[in-house]
Amino acid sequence: MRRLRSIGLVLAGCCLLLSALFLTASGKDKPDQKLISRGKYLVSAIGCNDCHTPFKMGPKGPEPDMTRFLSGHPQDMVLPPAPAAAHGSWIGSFAATMTAWAGPWGVSFTRNLTPDKETGLGDWTEQNFITTIRTGKRMGKGRDLLPPMPFPAFQNMTDGDLKAIFAYLQTIPVVKNKVPEPIPPAGTPAEAK
Amino acid sequence: MILTQFLARMSTVVLVFVLVLGASSGKPRSNRVAPKNLSETGLYSDIVTKTISPANLMFSPQYPLWSDGARKKRWIYIPPKQSIDAKRVDDWVFPVGTKLWKEFSFGKKVETRYLEKVGKRVWIFAAYAWNENESDAVQVPEAGSRNHVEISPGIRHDIPGIIDCKACHEGQGRDVVLGFNALQLSPERDPNAPHAEQVTPEMINLKNLVDQKLLAHLPKRFTVDPPVIAANSARERTALGYLSANCGGCHNSTDPLSTLGMYLKRSVDISPAAAKLELETVIGHKSKYQIPELDDDQSYRILPGDPSKSAIIYRIATRNPYRQMPPIGTKIVDTEALDLITKWIQEDLVNKNGEQQLTHK
Repeated sequence: MRRLRSIGLVLAGCCLLLSALFLTASGKDKPDQKLISRGKYLVSAIGCNDCHTPFKMGPKGPEPDMTRFLSGHPQDMVLPPAPAAAHGSWIGSFAATMTAWAGPWGVSFTRNLTPDKETGLGDWTEQNFITTIRTGKRMGKGRDLLPPMPFPAFQNMTDGDLKAIFAYLQTIPVVKNKVPEPIPPAGTPAEAK
Repeated sequence: MILTQFLARMSTVVLVFVLVLGASSGKPRSNRVAPKNLSETGLYSDIVTKTISPANLMFSPQYPLWSDGARKKRWIYIPPKQSIDAKRVDDWVFPVGTKLWKEFSFGKKVETRYLEKVGKRVWIFAAYAWNENESDAVQVPEAGSRNHVEISPGIRHDIPGIIDCKACHEGQGRDVVLGFNALQLSPERDPNAPHAEQVTPEMINLKNLVDQKLLAHLPKRFTVDPPVIAANSARERTALGYLSANCGGCHNSTDPLSTLGMYLKRSVDISPAAAKLELETVIGHKSKYQIPELDDDQSYRILPGDPSKSAIIYRIATRNPYRQMPPIGTKIVDTEALDLITKWIQEDLVNKNGEQQLTHK
């Protein structure tokens, strides 16, 4: 009986070991398609495209330029200064591309979310992405995110959802596009040098 | 095929088991909240006379964080019969029950920040705003208190929110304390460190901590030979110390921003070769951040001999809120440090012929 129990324990141990190896091997071979699909679904449902893909004029009016999918404000686009501060109940204005937004915060430009290492999220980790949303600060450590980024709403997402979004964003086509830095509002102290 | 299916099924069983176990250990949480008033945190034995409780030890890091010229005082409380674990020399582990306070004054007391360790990996953060007559300070809301008080014409001090506190203090697998470590408390203080406070006899240092058995497992060599930043000149030592304290909290090799590959935190427990490699992530290294008005690829993190092409100088020297470094906690340029780092880059990192002193990529 004791011998049987020992054999059972050894078999169970082997099973666990093989299972672990199986999990590791299968995890290495292919990305988590289910996670990526979930991310794709979320990205399309929560409207990332509406600000992070430049709009162009199509036959039926403005439409996202899918050749620049989620690549943010075009680096080569020269914009005139934002209109004078809105007044009354009007608070801001936005460029025809939907990628540049002016308001009391100055002018913000939507970021490149493609996995380009130099200009996008290619060198970000999943943790960098999640803490950005959770804290409302760039990479969880840097400057505050600016309007119209609706991160307070996205903070209601689970870590699982945010992981799925990040996993999907790492699979979309790379677009090299260096988005300009935001412009502070008029009256902000100028550069110290 | 049958074996594969069997293993897959077993994997699921094991996974469920692991998840259940994981759920029970869970993420560290605590329901503890900070007291409403500073007077309830244990800092003072008598807040009327501003008498600090004898259980709290005053300290002063040799390289203070720039806080727009605030006068700062700091204290730590270590629970009785407990000690800080210094096995990891650069990242000490504090006992549960540890408390730290930092008081900010701009002519008068403005705020006191508070940290308390309430669980193995759980800290609570709070900031207290002093009232007009300085009789007590009340905890500010979680979002902090923006533009709380004018500290210079047209410039108002922000009391940070909890997210702001955590942005700097929280790291990867380490305790949240930043200014209380072997380098900062070394008895061999840098005499040239910008804004360093005068050391007074009641201030505790590395040696006192060891002597009083408040610090355990510190390798003996650090008590014989107190930590000093290795450098080619006194000015370089000061510059590296300043950058370590003001930038290295985020820009280091272990925390989430390690992905940027820019290591400004100076370790005291590292070989010279490894320290050189860390410096090479900064000195002579191209910057992804482009300095405005320079052509693409002309910006370096630090370009020896040329501060105008050194992004670190640009970002220390600006208070454009979207470009400045550090990104929070300051609205006034630290001109003394700017001068120090500029001269170090301009004069110390190149030889007489203008050639880079050190071999970097």
